[in-house]
Amino acid sequence: MNDVALRVENLAKVFQMGHHLAYHRFTEFIENMAKNVARLPSRLMSSKPAKAKTDANLFWALDDVSFEVQRGEVFGVIGRNGAGKSTLLKLLSRITTPTRGRIEIRGRVGSLLEVGTGFHHELTGRENVFLNGAFLGMTRREIKQKFDAIVAFAEVERFLDTPVKHYSSGMYIRLAFSIAAHLEPEILIVDEVLGVGDAAFQKKSMDVMRDVARRGCTCLIVSHNLPTITNLCTRALLLRSGRLAANGPVDEVVEQYLATGLSLGGEIVWNDPATAPGYDIVRLHAVRVRHTDSLSSTADIGISQEIEIEISYWNLLDQECLSAGFTLRDHVATSVFTTSSMRPVSLTPDAWGGMPHPVGLFRSVCRIPAHTLNEGRYAITPFVGHGLTEPFARAEDVLSFNIHDTGEMRGEYFGHWPGVVRPWLPWSTEQMS
Amino acid sequence: MSSLADNAASQRSTEGTRLVVIDAARAASWFDWRELWNYRELIWILAARDITVRYRQAVVGVAWVVLQPVAEMVVFSGLFSLLGKRPAGEAVPYTISLLCGLLLWQLFAAIVGSATSCLVDNRPLLTKVYFPRMVLPLAVCLRPLVDFGVGLVVLAGLMAWFHVAPSLALLMMPLVVLATVITALALGLWLSALNAHYRDFGYIVPFLLRIGFFVSPVIYETASLNIPTQWHLLYSLNPMSSLLESFRWSLIGTAGPEVIEVVASLVATILVLVTGAWYFRRVERFLADRI
Repeated sequence: MNDVALRVENLAKVFQMGHHLAYHRFTEFIENMAKNVARLPSRLMSSKPAKAKTDANLFWALDDVSFEVQRGEVFGVIGRNGAGKSTLLKLLSRITTPTRGRIEIRGRVGSLLEVGTGFHHELTGRENVFLNGAFLGMTRREIKQKFDAIVAFAEVERFLDTPVKHYSSGMYIRLAFSIAAHLEPEILIVDEVLGVGDAAFQKKSMDVMRDVARRGCTCLIVSHNLPTITNLCTRALLLRSGRLAANGPVDEVVEQYLATGLSLGGEIVWNDPATAPGYDIVRLHAVRVRHTDSLSSTADIGISQEIEIEISYWNLLDQECLSAGFTLRDHVATSVFTTSSMRPVSLTPDAWGGMPHPVGLFRSVCRIPAHTLNEGRYAITPFVGHGLTEPFARAEDVLSFNIHDTGEMRGEYFGHWPGVVRPWLPWSTEQMS
Repeated sequence: MSSLADNAASQRSTEGTRLVVIDAARAASWFDWRELWNYRELIWILAARDITVRYRQAVVGVAWVVLQPVAEMVVFSGLFSLLGKRPAGEAVPYTISLLCGLLLWQLFAAIVGSATSCLVDNRPLLTKVYFPRMVLPLAVCLRPLVDFGVGLVVLAGLMAWFHVAPSLALLMMPLVVLATVITALALGLWLSALNAHYRDFGYIVPFLLRIGFFVSPVIYETASLNIPTQWHLLYSLNPMSSLLESFRWSLIGTAGPEVIEVVASLVATILVLVTGAWYFRRVERFLADRI
């Protein structure tokens, strides 16, 4: 039976660049009116039509997106930052209205968009439960029936009469999640909140999500955390620059997300040796990242893929002894490691590493084995020079890429995996007595 | 079924689940009473929060509410007695007439003031959760009403002290108060939407309220002004002038406004209310993007 909970047709949302950021002033409005009135005579005299609004500063956050979600389906939405995921959620949860297109929603929508969404900081935990129920359009009596279950799940009994501004972020999210799950919305929209909390809470919330789905509640999950998506969802859609790039079974969509990076992603190129980073001895030409299954550069790499970092550079001074290298930093700028093509540093002997270079363009490639880095964003600082300490050309954090967890190591755990690196190591245990 | 649905209109489909259709091609419905009714719980919770914050420490809360009109009463009655003028009739002590004006004006000004900033103040909610936005200006009406109730007790005490007894016209008082709330709300709809869009309204409104305070018969009675007859109608277009006169009439039996004045201010109020609701709905659609 065709039982559609959510139907989206040709949905589009346009923002005027800079327009929604700045506050307007009524005085400016008056000023513009006055200017227009002053210009009116000359405009009436000339036969030229009034200048049309330019399209240049319009930004289509979503463009012509159509899809359907069946009742009871757990549906994932993936895409890079700025692909339009949040805009889509805001439209579906009716926070803002579309520029074009149509949305049909069957049933009460509950949304869990961020930590503390719909919470009032001055109110106590107890009052916030009722506030959130009221946001869903529930009556006091309906909320009262669920109250005990909500509090028990969230484990905040002791703090019920404390204003939520004194809550830790963990307590916050537990309460928010508990409310959203227990107030039984018919459609639940979840954004990036499943990855928080400790392991025990993670497991609990995953179970609740499954439960919610089993009860026939339709779920829409947005996450950067691919294991969450692949484990919970049956179908997913992929957004790219506001357009629908894929829509289908979750495995296929995730694969497509990893396979095709943004065209700009994964490389940076300086075409002019006069302005590229460096100076008279050596200049950087390009830095590229790719995984070994792909020939083109990509900023999205699976955790189980081997990574290639390519640094190309111009040597401008004959017989200069050069080696290339880079420092890798994680998203909090912790240095993960520094490596170089120099003889003792490189695992395999590099023919040019630290050797005299003739004038010309060179390319060095470094391979990082699969299962080395943890999931997350990493930034590359490439350098070329005498060894590690005397770079002639260096460019700080010029290129970043993402390592995506595809779930091989995870089993039942979906939360944050601590550590800068995540090597896949052999273990053996034997009974001693 | 969908062709019947208005923008963001909700209706019950056959299975009993609610269908909501959001269609960019259709204009927003002018006013959605039913949805607002569904969210009555939210109005109450938001209003209750305002009230508990003010009256959490009961004594301080009440003192604070009473202090402002009483202080103003002392200042203005002192001022006019020093000037040797009496901007009110002889029937009742000026102090009582003055406090009547101050209390009703305070109710009006508090609603207009807090309605103006209600959307901007609740920006975190507006950008994260859906609810009918009109809930916010409606919710801010209740706290000023409670304050007003506290003020009325003080007024009753003062009337007893001066042996001023109200007549049967007292029965009309709730109606006058209701009309005042509606008038303030009508302006509040305009101003909250304008303030969300043009942030400098936050500065303009206190200034306008200050002017309104002197233009309306708050610290004087209309009868003691020498307004040329041809200006009477214009004067009564300010809904607060006939409301303040009606309020005094119902409580202390001073001369009420003429029927034509009441009609004029009623028309003005309805016009502001209808256009305010229309403008609010217009701004509401893009509120989360622009606020």
